[in-house]
Amino acid sequence: MLLDKTISELAAGLRKKEFSSVDIVTECYDAIEKHGKELNAFITVIDNTTALTYAQKKDNERTENTSPLHGIPFVLKDAYITQRIRTTSASNVLKNYIPQYNATVYQKLLDAGAILIGKMNMDAWGHGGSTENTDFGPAKNPWDTTRVAGGSSGGPAIAIAARMSAFAIGEDTGGSIRNPAAWCNITGLKVTYGRVSRYGTIAYASSFDTVGPMARTAEDCALLLELVAGQDPYDATSSPHKVPKYTQKLTGNIEGIKVGIPKEFFGQGLDSEIKKSIDIAAKKFESMGAKLIELSMPMFDYGLPVYYLIGPSETSSNLARYDGIRYGQGRNQFTPETMRRIMIGTYALSAGYYDAYYKKAQQARTLFIKEYEKALSSCDVLLMPVNPTPPTKIGELMSDPLANLLADVYTTLKYWIRISARN
Amino acid sequence: MAAKKFTIDDVKHIAQLANLVLSDEQLQKIAEQLSSVIGYMSKIQALDTKGVVETSQVTGLENVFREDVVDEKRMLSQESALSNAKNTHSGYFVVDAVLEE
Repeated sequence: MLLDKTISELAAGLRKKEFSSVDIVTECYDAIEKHGKELNAFITVIDNTTALTYAQKKDNERTENTSPLHGIPFVLKDAYITQRIRTTSASNVLKNYIPQYNATVYQKLLDAGAILIGKMNMDAWGHGGSTENTDFGPAKNPWDTTRVAGGSSGGPAIAIAARMSAFAIGEDTGGSIRNPAAWCNITGLKVTYGRVSRYGTIAYASSFDTVGPMARTAEDCALLLELVAGQDPYDATSSPHKVPKYTQKLTGNIEGIKVGIPKEFFGQGLDSEIKKSIDIAAKKFESMGAKLIELSMPMFDYGLPVYYLIGPSETSSNLARYDGIRYGQGRNQFTPETMRRIMIGTYALSAGYYDAYYKKAQQARTLFIKEYEKALSSCDVLLMPVNPTPPTKIGELMSDPLANLLADVYTTLKYWIRISARN
Repeated sequence: MAAKKFTIDDVKHIAQLANLVLSDEQLQKIAEQLSSVIGYMSKIQALDTKGVVETSQVTGLENVFREDVVDEKRMLSQESALSNAKNTHSGYFVVDAVLEE
């Protein structure tokens, strides 16, 4: 299958005319035809005639100098604004919303010649870790359809695992790229805040939201990030730091790299099979010349409370704009999970409770930054689990709101500080 | 701070601030859920944050300016701006009256 190849292998094959963009795009639609309904990964599938016509055009215009993404099919989490293409954020509030402009990340991919195949299912507004909090029906894990795909970027992860797309752009606030990437067995990168423009991204929690790649390999993610990262005049929080050539850093040599293993992340609550897999990975890194360093990060226990105070606070403010007047449906269309998050956030920001909750959480955020700075002064990278358990059964998390929140215990620890993480 | 038990009136007040209209059933359910979730989050009170400065953003960027000129590429036509609205009148959005006669 062509879609088993990495992006750079696909790009090389296209240039040598071993196969065409039409061939790759055809494979995507065959897979969608076969598995699309069952997995429920898509909210909107782009009409295949449109995509194939575009692929043919790309095949005709390809030269030696075209981008490696030229003619490569991709999907977007339905949190990205796409001109003239319905964008829902998986919520009935936006079920008929047709955007008037393009998100920066989408525009950059179009400019590179990549081909959009679909807009993907997710937890509405990013509110969830299982792609069950969606008004378009739960998405299913391609490895076991009785289980969830993870979330909130579940649809994009499924599309890659089930070979319906070469790559995807997800969005990570408290684990939304890493969690489904881990549960669908693909590679996802939560980038440093500000590395990629958020212009045209439907906001969940604005001081946490990050735009990142999801693909089959780390090399694919490096290639994608190189292309989509960078300062954007339309997003004042985008980073002015130069974008490194990430692909050139993939030498395969990790000799002497110090890998920190925070012991708090491997305690009670971590599934034994997941722990075993991480141990195997750690041993592998060690055999390649890396040094393993056990360290302690005692703030661990406070991660979830901090995230679930700041995230809902920001989302209650961001979602206040949905009044059904300029676009979208009324506020009674929010799902119970989204209403709950709006209510938690409104409470944490309300007079009399602001100091005890929101302000306290923002102070804790400072302490977390210090703790990570300390940890990263003694090692180069940290190795941690993404999820505490294997994928849950469909419906299991939705019945208990607190259990639903607790599933994010590891991923939420990495979002509010200036740090990137990958699965 | 002891774990707070949310009453129906508490939830009604928060819903009003959040501009959400909730049914009696929803009010009851959310009262229970808020008690459990906020109860869990309250463990943050045990953290010593005396004298710690708050972090509200992590970019370190301040005063990001642009030239004070109109960027026509980002302007929507009136027709386009109104294209998703359910209720328009003579090129305007129609909103509920905010003043009584």
